[in-house]
Amino acid sequence: MSAALELSGLTKSFGKAEIIRGVDLSIGKGERHAIIGPNGAGKSTLFNLITGRFAQTAGTISLHGRNLAGLEPYQINRMGLSRSFQITNIFPAMTVFENVRCSLLWSMGYKYSFWNLVSRSKALTEGAEQILEQINLTARRNLPAGVLSYAEQRALEIGITIAGGADVIMLDEPTAGMSHSETDYIVELIRKVTENKTLIMVEHDMGVVFGLADYISVLVYGEIIATGRPEEVRGNAKVQEAYLGEALEDEH
Amino acid sequence: MSDTAKTTASPQRAGAMSLTLGPWIVAALLLLVLPFIFDNNSSITIMNQMWITVIFALAYNMLLGQGGMLSFGHAVYMGMGGFLCMHVMNYVEDFGIALPLPVLPLFGGLFGMGFAMLIGAISTSGAGTRFAMISLGVGELVAACSVIIVAFFGGEEGISGDRTYGLPFFGIEFLKQIEVYYLISFWLMLSAALMYLFSRTPVGRMANAVRDNPERAQFLGYSSRWVRFYSFMASGFFCGIAGGLFAINYEILTEENLNTSSSGIILLVTFLGGVGFFFGPIIGAIAFTLLQTVLSLKTELWAFYAGALFLATVMYFPGGLAGLIMMHVPAFKFRNAGKLVMPYVKTLIPGLITVLGIAALVEMIFHYRHASVGDDEMTIFWTTFDSHSVVPWVIVTVITAIASYITKTTAPDLKEAWGDANTPPTTGGDA
Ligand SMILES: Nc1ncnc2c1ncn2[C@@H]1O[C@H](COP(=O)(O)OP(=O)(O)OP(=O)(O)O)[C@@H](O)[C@H]1O
Ligand SMILES: [Mg+2]
Repeated sequence: MSAALELSGLTKSFGKAEIIRGVDLSIGKGERHAIIGPNGAGKSTLFNLITGRFAQTAGTISLHGRNLAGLEPYQINRMGLSRSFQITNIFPAMTVFENVRCSLLWSMGYKYSFWNLVSRSKALTEGAEQILEQINLTARRNLPAGVLSYAEQRALEIGITIAGGADVIMLDEPTAGMSHSETDYIVELIRKVTENKTLIMVEHDMGVVFGLADYISVLVYGEIIATGRPEEVRGNAKVQEAYLGEALEDEH
Repeated sequence: MSDTAKTTASPQRAGAMSLTLGPWIVAALLLLVLPFIFDNNSSITIMNQMWITVIFALAYNMLLGQGGMLSFGHAVYMGMGGFLCMHVMNYVEDFGIALPLPVLPLFGGLFGMGFAMLIGAISTSGAGTRFAMISLGVGELVAACSVIIVAFFGGEEGISGDRTYGLPFFGIEFLKQIEVYYLISFWLMLSAALMYLFSRTPVGRMANAVRDNPERAQFLGYSSRWVRFYSFMASGFFCGIAGGLFAINYEILTEENLNTSSSGIILLVTFLGGVGFFFGPIIGAIAFTLLQTVLSLKTELWAFYAGALFLATVMYFPGGLAGLIMMHVPAFKFRNAGKLVMPYVKTLIPGLITVLGIAALVEMIFHYRHASVGDDEMTIFWTTFDSHSVVPWVIVTVITAIASYITKTTAPDLKEAWGDANTPPTTGGDA
């Protein structure tokens, strides 16, 4: 299996503080990979590096074998990588439908077109409606996204991320703040839409992690201390000590 | 399921945005018949000015309302288009080229767009303070250039021309105001339709997205900078069209068409009308032009009232006049609008009297302070009196005070009626 995403020697410092301290990681095509670790370990920072939000201090990131150095987030997105945010990041003044439709525009090839009318495109409207159906927001389609409840905004966040049909999807704590039933629903949705795609996910809910992931990496203080199949990671003594013991206890 | 969910899932789909022709046909018909209703020359002059301002304001709102960019120097793009058209007009006359006058604004548009591309390449990297400051700087710079680059801007006198140059266009020589009126109206319809359609294109939709959240747009494959740049370019084009029409209408352009005070006015006009709706700037331009032309005939203090209106809008109705109108849509949808009529009458009439009373006091103070010695007589609201005697002061003050008191006491009822009218009916489901 060839790698979808390859990190090598990745480091990131904010001023004197080194937050990511030499991460090597290879994530195969079609793999569902969870990144777990304690608060402040650098998981979101790692996401920000991969998606071009921050520039790395050293090391390389390659997507489908292409080095991402110096690329802007929109360029990386066009290469088929899409992400969600831990802190909801939507278009609050636009309607829910409009949010989703905008996230379809580039992937449907409209680019900066000023000679197409969005309302005339059946594919756009139907595509957006299908996403709304999937994230259970059809009834909310004409409301400004900013007035949705927290859980609804989280669902929209995921909807926007998956809408474009990227083949590498990165979700930063997709179920944070959701109820049990909402979590179950979203996990099913994630499983469905990431079929045959590469999923990289940061998640604190161990139920979700062990239910969904093919591989798990544990990030502690900016270093990956273990990577492997869920059962290997669960049994790993270092992981037990640094993180999992505590996290698994929290679960029960 | 709650009522809100039900009403929002109603079959009328905002997202699908059906392109209704109704309002456009009404607008076109209005433009056609207005000169028959207001057929004296001064009304037509006012309408010409109005429609040019409408185009300018709509173009400005492509940035402010749709793209979230606050420009303090937008008169430059209109002015540039105007100056260029003036030169083309003179050139065509000197060399006898067969260029029909109705095509002229297109040159203004292209020049405005070109200049916008030049400036936009630098300024559109952000939408915040940097953008605003660059727009202000460029505005000052270009206005200053008008006395430096005399060949193009004509120095202090500006440049002038004659629109009746060359060949008649289908027998029309554009000697008469009314002919110019229809030329302007044609460009108004065309520009407004194109600007509206632009807002419905992928790049127009993304302009909204970038306005809302530029960072997220980047993660959807769009460069916020390019999206802003295209909006800026399009805005420059339509500003240039407005400039070309200005050149045709007034046959003169001066530094005043470029300076920051003109830029300030268009911001005011657009905000007054409401940036959140496409038709907002249209209302703003009409209201402002009326204030400027009609009110300025009545009082020297018209700018004071315009300023007060602007302040009141910013403070109480940030959605502008359009927002004020659209606020009433739910009440109509719920068929509750009737409930508002009496409370409105009870509050707004004394409210209006209060405002007029205050205006009368302002006028009296102005007259008392500034009228020449011995000229004690003044006329407001068809009443002539001596501004130096106490009686009128007392009367106006008392009327204003009473009216303001009634407004205050009836306001809570209006508020209650408002809440009532905006509550969806509980029986019968969907309105
Ligand atoms: N832009 C920034 N500038 C300075 N420090 C930052 C910045 N972003 C993150 N950090 C620091 O980097 C560290 C890691 O943050 P990060 O958000 O990546 O952690 P995390 O693993 O996602 O944590 P959590 O589980 O709480 O989301 C934190 O100490 C944070 O303060
Ligand atoms: Mg995080």
